[in-house]
Amino acid sequence: MKGELKELKFTVNGEAYELKVKPKTLLVDLLRKELKLTGTKQGCLTSACGACTVIIDGKAVKSCSILALQANGHEVTTIEGVADGDKLHPIQEAFIEHGAVECGFCTPGRVMSAKALLDENPTPTREEIREVMQSNLCADEGYVKYIEAVEIAAKKMQGGS
Amino acid sequence: MAKQEEYSVIGHPMPRVDAKVKATGEAKYAADIELPDMLWGKVKRSPYAHARILNIDTSKAERLPGVKAVTTGKDFGGFKWGWLGTTRDEEPLAVTKVRYIYEGVAAVAAIDEDIAEEACELIEVEYESLPGLFDPFEAMQEGAPLVHEDCLGNITSEYHWNFGDVEKAFAESYLVREDNFKTPRMAKGYIEPPAIVAYWPDSNHLTVWAAKGSPYFPYRILGRCFNLPLNKVRIIQPFIGADFGGTKNDMVNGDFAAVMLAKKTGKPVKIVYTQFEELTTCTRRHPVWITIKTGVTKDGKLKAIQTKVVADGGAYTRMSPLSLYLMGVCLTLPYELPNFKTDAYCVFTNNPSSAAMRGHGIYHTRFAADVQMDMIAEELGIDPVEIRLRNAIENPKPGEIYHTVNNLTVGSCGVKECIEKTAEAINWQERKEAEKIDGSVARGLGFAAGTYLSGARLTGHNACAAVVRVCEDGTVNLLTGASDVGQGSDTVMSAIVAEVLGLELKDVEIKRVDTDYTPADPGSFGSRVTIYAGEATKRAAEDAKRQLLEFAARQFDVSPEEVDIKDKKAFVKIDYSKSMPWWRLVRLACYTTPGNVIIGHGVSTRGVGRVPDFDTGGGDIGASYSFTAEANEVEVDLETGVVKCTDNSVIAHDCGLPLNPTAVETQVQGGAYHQGVAAALYEEFKMDKGLTVNPNLVDYKRPRAYEAPMTKVIHVITNDPFGPFGAKEASEGSCCTAPPAVINAIHDATGVWIKELPAQPEKVFWALKEKRGKEQR
Repeated sequence: MKGELKELKFTVNGEAYELKVKPKTLLVDLLRKELKLTGTKQGCLTSACGACTVIIDGKAVKSCSILALQANGHEVTTIEGVADGDKLHPIQEAFIEHGAVECGFCTPGRVMSAKALLDENPTPTREEIREVMQSNLCADEGYVKYIEAVEIAAKKMQGGS
Repeated sequence: MAKQEEYSVIGHPMPRVDAKVKATGEAKYAADIELPDMLWGKVKRSPYAHARILNIDTSKAERLPGVKAVTTGKDFGGFKWGWLGTTRDEEPLAVTKVRYIYEGVAAVAAIDEDIAEEACELIEVEYESLPGLFDPFEAMQEGAPLVHEDCLGNITSEYHWNFGDVEKAFAESYLVREDNFKTPRMAKGYIEPPAIVAYWPDSNHLTVWAAKGSPYFPYRILGRCFNLPLNKVRIIQPFIGADFGGTKNDMVNGDFAAVMLAKKTGKPVKIVYTQFEELTTCTRRHPVWITIKTGVTKDGKLKAIQTKVVADGGAYTRMSPLSLYLMGVCLTLPYELPNFKTDAYCVFTNNPSSAAMRGHGIYHTRFAADVQMDMIAEELGIDPVEIRLRNAIENPKPGEIYHTVNNLTVGSCGVKECIEKTAEAINWQERKEAEKIDGSVARGLGFAAGTYLSGARLTGHNACAAVVRVCEDGTVNLLTGASDVGQGSDTVMSAIVAEVLGLELKDVEIKRVDTDYTPADPGSFGSRVTIYAGEATKRAAEDAKRQLLEFAARQFDVSPEEVDIKDKKAFVKIDYSKSMPWWRLVRLACYTTPGNVIIGHGVSTRGVGRVPDFDTGGGDIGASYSFTAEANEVEVDLETGVVKCTDNSVIAHDCGLPLNPTAVETQVQGGAYHQGVAAALYEEFKMDKGLTVNPNLVDYKRPRAYEAPMTKVIHVITNDPFGPFGAKEASEGSCCTAPPAVINAIHDATGVWIKELPAQPEKVFWALKEKRGKEQR
């Protein structure tokens, strides 16, 4: 029946949730409107811009393009769950220090894409970084500093300077 | 003027002051704002491009459970708005006639977004369809239907300027070429669609949070629309997900609708546009048809340029008069040009409105002129870099000014150095002679040079102001009405204060715009923020410093001229033993003089005074002018026509003095790729009788990371006499040099000229095929 609520059990940033949601609710809407995790941005609703990227069970996923119920039983990480308390993730540090953040609207999605990449492949080539980062659109900075920042973060996470 | 190395904060690479909150997701953008009892709004839109509205029946929508209010254009009492007092031609929601597809005609506020959307579907609108105009050349013809019945024709604005004597110069020229070029209808490209939350705390006060790059536009427009004095209109600026001119400068239907629905319901109302609404209804870069005729001497020196420019302005005037002005005025830079004539027209059609976009106006004609310069160079057998060096304006000596034929005032011009350094960095000579064809791939190298204005000089309120408040613990607040939309001005403004007061960047906190507290400001457009708000900020910090120097002088029993403040210390210049830490100086100054609060105030002076004359085309449109040279290498797939920029890409940019070199680099790289290479290779709205047929970011191709050139940026430092610390514009200039550099590179690779942007694969494929056909004949 239209609007009938369904049960959703999942974890977000390590916290377990049991919720009742409308079947048509998109994951991005649930995160932003219900859980108030507005760090995940909504840009295009067509899986094209990547501003809504989150990590589900280690994979980068565009949260505008899956239903909230599809996250049932899974572990979701959003931008709010990336830093360890006050300690920023090396990717966030590299983005800030290397000047890769401009208007910032696409930044959370990019951090998530970069994190999923480096968690799976700690030593990516520049071409691999470009391939992955193509899923996140930017409009103002030209991608150069972003690509370089991911390389810097990868080195840092490997224990380099 | 001081040298870069003498500054302790500015001129050095610095992380942005807002980067951390953006990287953690804490930064709030308009769509992230939520208030208690907030309602969601949605706009009902017209399916017709041109139609009379006969009746709107909202009764079914009003009866839908969850709907709290409905509004139509009639609620606004005949109010119209526009860029100038004389161009107020647009209604908040269309009342009698719609002029483009999906123009807003009504709006609903409901307890959630779904209900608001469903209610919009229940609104019944009766239309009488009218013949539509979708081609500016048809719209210009006599007897064409009128887009605006109260106008005599469909021409929005036209200019006819004549400097020198082009006819005589053409007659004396060794070579005269005339070519036609076209630039595409383009999206602004920002990812964050328009969003607003409007709230009336009581019936006399309005508060708005909106994704506006220029918050003082809605401040004035909404004040007038709702009969509110300006001291009761509060526009608060959240973080902005980029703004490249147009839409986020001024208004969209949803802005007016949210404010009206909030007034009707007494509750906060939020409207967030979808990307579909953004791409179908918001302003675009003008599609422009350019005929350019150029005469040169035998050795390639420019003698005259004559242009005819026709721009499709779309349904409403918006800021087209300025766009059209910019398409002409800067053709007299960056090369010496003794004679210049133009006839330019912007035309109403039933397409969505066009407006400013990064590289505003100048990009269109610079593309045409700098591609044609390569055509001329080829005909004359002169190297593309050499012909540019022969024509480039020399850097005026300190204290001297160069005047163009249309009276632009150039105090610094690094274009020659930009050209030389770019050519050197890309190994121009060596690469030019390298083998071009490798199997089915052809490689080519292209060059271009250009200019952009720093700080648009316009009528009306054009000054910036700043307030520097020194807190009793020695930290500092900075208030300006200038807005950071991603370009990094908050960081640069904070750095200017830190530099003047001898502090560190972290000691300065800049407040985002809140019209209840920040000084009025024109906004973020025309590459004006660093130049004007920077000047105001510098003066405000100097004013605060003067007050502290006077106080310190009394403590040291010397005159204020004998004291200075640096590295968080006040000291007597000739006797370092007399010194005091900054924090102690501030505390004493604040505590020992009753009522003494250190507040510095400053205003900009460069943007006001004599403004350019749009009728004659003479006079300064900028406080100064930046210069750029760019070289790009492309790979053309000869079988498919796919063109790709390689990492061999260099831009040298003269922004006077880069106040934050890191930010200048990202701005220059971004301008060149997102709004420059994108225009050259990828982006164009496809239209069918006013309907945008690729209104999503899948079908409308935006440039992505996998094919981004890793452009190297070279800073050319000229220390402009008119900018704060010698600074000029950064970012818009590179939007203008990228398209001609890429198109020239395609020619170098293949021998074909692509004169209509973008050079999408199909266009290149057919051009290659045509060329092969001709060669076989």
